[in-house]
Amino acid sequence: MLNLYFRGDDVLENDNACVIVVEGLTKKYGDLVAVKEINFCVRQGEIFGFLGPNGAGKTSTVRMLCGLTKITSGKAKIYGYDVVRNHKNVKRIIGVVPESSNLYWDLTCLDNLLFCGEMFGVPREERLSRAIKLLKSFGLWDKRNVKFKNLSKGLKRRLTIAAALIHNPKILFMDEPTAGLDVFSKRMLWNKILKLKENGVTIFLTTHNVREAFEICDRIAIINKGRIVALGRPWELKRAFSPKGIVEAIFHPRNPKVEEISRLRGVIGVVEEKGLLKIITYDAVSVLEEIAKLAKSRRLDIYLLNVRGLDAEELFVKIVGGS
Amino acid sequence: MFSEIEKAFYIAKKDLKEYYMKPGTISWGLIFPFVFSLAFMIRRGGMSVWLAPGMISLALFFGSTSMSAMAIVFERRIDSFERLLLFPISYVCIALGKSLSSFVLGIIALIPVLILAEIFTSTPPLNPLLLVVCVLLATFTSSTFGVLLSFLIKDPSQTMTIFNIVRFPMMFLSNVIISVNTFPQILKIISLLMPLTYITEAIRYSYSGIYDIIPPYMSLSVTAILGILFLYLSSLVIKRNIP
Repeated sequence: MLNLYFRGDDVLENDNACVIVVEGLTKKYGDLVAVKEINFCVRQGEIFGFLGPNGAGKTSTVRMLCGLTKITSGKAKIYGYDVVRNHKNVKRIIGVVPESSNLYWDLTCLDNLLFCGEMFGVPREERLSRAIKLLKSFGLWDKRNVKFKNLSKGLKRRLTIAAALIHNPKILFMDEPTAGLDVFSKRMLWNKILKLKENGVTIFLTTHNVREAFEICDRIAIINKGRIVALGRPWELKRAFSPKGIVEAIFHPRNPKVEEISRLRGVIGVVEEKGLLKIITYDAVSVLEEIAKLAKSRRLDIYLLNVRGLDAEELFVKIVGGS
Repeated sequence: MFSEIEKAFYIAKKDLKEYYMKPGTISWGLIFPFVFSLAFMIRRGGMSVWLAPGMISLALFFGSTSMSAMAIVFERRIDSFERLLLFPISYVCIALGKSLSSFVLGIIALIPVLILAEIFTSTPPLNPLLLVVCVLLATFTSSTFGVLLSFLIKDPSQTMTIFNIVRFPMMFLSNVIISVNTFPQILKIISLLMPLTYITEAIRYSYSGIYDIIPPYMSLSVTAILGILFLYLSSLVIKRNIP
């Protein structure tokens, strides 16, 4: 199993910068262990990505932190409050965007936000102005009197996110926030997330969108089969897990066979996608030399030759696959 | 404490906005008790002072329980109930909020039946003030009972079936339309296990000054205790339902 933690990523109770501290957190559903003794901390003001394949334990972890699922063992604190014993204090300072857009169907957009404001104890004189501001900023002002059930999937998602912000939370938990959104809505959301970070909001983000998570997150934890298998800054993960990278090549008039390439010195594996050979290697220099020799002996031209590291998705697959 | 009560009112207000006009609420909560009372009245050529309190308790019982059945079960089915768990409130506050919306619908369902009773019974209520107290208490207990039952149902698609399996036997065994004095001993015992029996007895005493088997001090106090007990049990079930 890959168990890679970088400096400062262990649990530090007395680290004042840590606003979420998780120690030995475990969740069992009967015999099934969904989350197994995970430890991590999230620092104030960072975007913390929590990635993993389906069924890895992402949602269970978020739900435990938000009080929607009971903790089997271990503990978690948010701003020093125990999430079980002080759940009301925790809920005052967190906003949650659940996996499903679950606002109230027969309430209008405005009424949904006002209700959430009431329940979070937003002062009466501020509720309406905050709701209006959120509706405008999420492009929902024209839909303010439309019932939630009549919104499109993307607009429902936007309103669900707006509802999580009505009480100006210090931490925002977002479980698959971009699921079902079109490209424009996704971009708008990522911009919003960055804006929230600028305003000092800590963001705990779970997503399937590995590429975007690697671009936007300050740190990333990768969970697989209930265990955290890697945790660090995106560039640290890339450096640790793809030291040598990938050689991409296209030959002219045709590529040599994949089996032939795979026998070259320094090659770990080869795939051919739409005419592009992707050669995974632990020794890029050797592979380049071997490719040059092969092209010369076969009288092939090299149409494209490129060396790069693993991209975010390839890295994710490698880490999860390796664990 | 005040903040929790205030938030319970917000939950109730939201529920009423959302579910007041739902078909299930209207048909089972408003139309059924009214039509049932009307049918009895037509059949008997009026409403006796013994029957009127039964019809009143039936109306508030069906009205309040139908609202909770609709609001809670629907929200659990579409996951929006989880939203309430994300707010900084206690489980008792959630149960109270849901009970209050059911309470309001119980009172609304009661009004037409009360008017029928007022018009078609030969004598007016014996003690109107006590009747108001009994009705409020009884509606609260019916509401918390409905809320508890709604949280106990696992499969939301079975809601109305399960509610009616519980409500209809109560209608016949709780001194609403048939006096428990006519029952064999075993049915009398079963009747005493039903909250609607105490509710009906309390209302009957305040309306007509008579009771069948439960003295008024007992029917009133048991109704009050059951209301609080159901509320507390509902909060425990909400907590227990968290996976």
